[in-house]
Amino acid sequence: MASFCSRPFPASSHLLATDFSRPLKISKLLYLQRKGQFHGSQRASKVLAFYGLTTPPYNLDALEPYMSQRTLEIHWGKHHRGYLEGLNKQLENNNSLYGYTMDELVKVTYNNGNPLPEFNNAAQVWTHDFFWESMQPGGGKIPGHGVLLQIEKDFGSFTNFREKFIEAALTLFGSGWIWLALKTKEKRLAVIKTSNGVTPIVWGDIPIISLDMWEHAYYLDYKNDKVKYVNMFLNNLVSWNAATARMARAEAFVNLGEPKIPVA
Amino acid sequence: MALRTLITRKTLGLGLQSEARNLGFGFRHARELQTFSLPDLPYDYSALEPVISGEIMQLHHQKHHQAYITNYNKALEQLEEAMAKGDSSTVVKLQSAIKFNGGGHINHSVFWKNLSPIHEGGGEPPKGSLGWAIDTNFGSLEALVKNINTEGAALQGSGWVWLGLDKEMKKLVVETTANQDPLVTKGANLVPLLGIDVWEHAYYLQYKNVRPDYLKNIWKVLNWKYASEVYEKECP
Repeated sequence: MASFCSRPFPASSHLLATDFSRPLKISKLLYLQRKGQFHGSQRASKVLAFYGLTTPPYNLDALEPYMSQRTLEIHWGKHHRGYLEGLNKQLENNNSLYGYTMDELVKVTYNNGNPLPEFNNAAQVWTHDFFWESMQPGGGKIPGHGVLLQIEKDFGSFTNFREKFIEAALTLFGSGWIWLALKTKEKRLAVIKTSNGVTPIVWGDIPIISLDMWEHAYYLDYKNDKVKYVNMFLNNLVSWNAATARMARAEAFVNLGEPKIPVA
Repeated sequence: MALRTLITRKTLGLGLQSEARNLGFGFRHARELQTFSLPDLPYDYSALEPVISGEIMQLHHQKHHQAYITNYNKALEQLEEAMAKGDSSTVVKLQSAIKFNGGGHINHSVFWKNLSPIHEGGGEPPKGSLGWAIDTNFGSLEALVKNINTEGAALQGSGWVWLGLDKEMKKLVVETTANQDPLVTKGANLVPLLGIDVWEHAYYLQYKNVRPDYLKNIWKVLNWKYASEVYEKECP
């Protein structure tokens, strides 16, 4: 198999601290006090947990002119931040959900298809983290060797994959996301549509690339012209580097073919 | 632009063009396929400023609503073909496209009638039997507005928030529907009195992510006259 460049898998920031005597100087601390130990006893262990807002791995104007700084300021600064703050607020009241990584939290709150109230916020924090990292300045064009081979194997050709991706984006009803994901059971790449905040990780698949098809993602730049938005994304924004890193990690979980073991 | 409303004012019915396909002797008489066209707005695009900008109204009407109509017509045509061939799996497969695009057409046709410029009575609170019914069902108009705004703001993704009338129970209800589902999908006896589009395209250019502000302001141009007419027809 071709070699992939190694890069640590991007993870959401997740901070966990137990405070015994010295309060930590972090903004927006949430106290979760264990049952029976209230009235602010300093010796009781106060559990503080919150999720932080990850920043896109580029400046907010770096994706111009394909995605404007204005869009990123609002999309990241208001929408993404809003989901995050909403999530932290919900967790304040529900400490049974305390202590998960972002991935785990999304799967737990999805609750096998019967989502808990926290799911929407958790999932949207996750999907937006993933989305910023699915794009890069100077993106687009075609993927690197290994990912390209896999796409050609599963779609016939890169052009066919592009067509399928665009078709999915244009035929999605309502708000949602378009994914290129590795289906773990079928052991192949596929284009997947999801609604609202759902992500393929909830049913065990491994996303490689995503595109936000909520209107807020493109309306300021493209108004109703979805065709232009999707094409601009594929031509200029999609980060095949991120895709390569994710595929490399995915191979640890999914056997995509017989390894070529050299004969001694 | 005012000329449009004076001279070309059509009643806001669904524009119909029927295509008669007569197959001649000995063949089964083909059904006429009705195609739909974009209804005119009874006011200018800029007439609802500053509550809803002219830019939004124009895009919303000429692009979004038109797209639903185009795709609805296409889906109906494909449905007719599939039905004629007895192709059940295609018939069933088309249902979601019909529900989405047809629903989009229905909902937006109602929506344009739900809006009215301030100088034509937009925002004037309902009097008469509807006003009384609101007080009975919700306590007060303020309470109803608060209810609808809360539901509308909480709706995840895309959809609509409605003030509906249950024809059978003669009760008013507040409901939300997802995507372009018409109100009737929430109850066969429900008739829409007022609907508010909370898809992002309805407000984003002006209000950005602050949907609550859009909801707060839209009451200034909601057409209670239309809602009263519908109500009085069902509950004389």
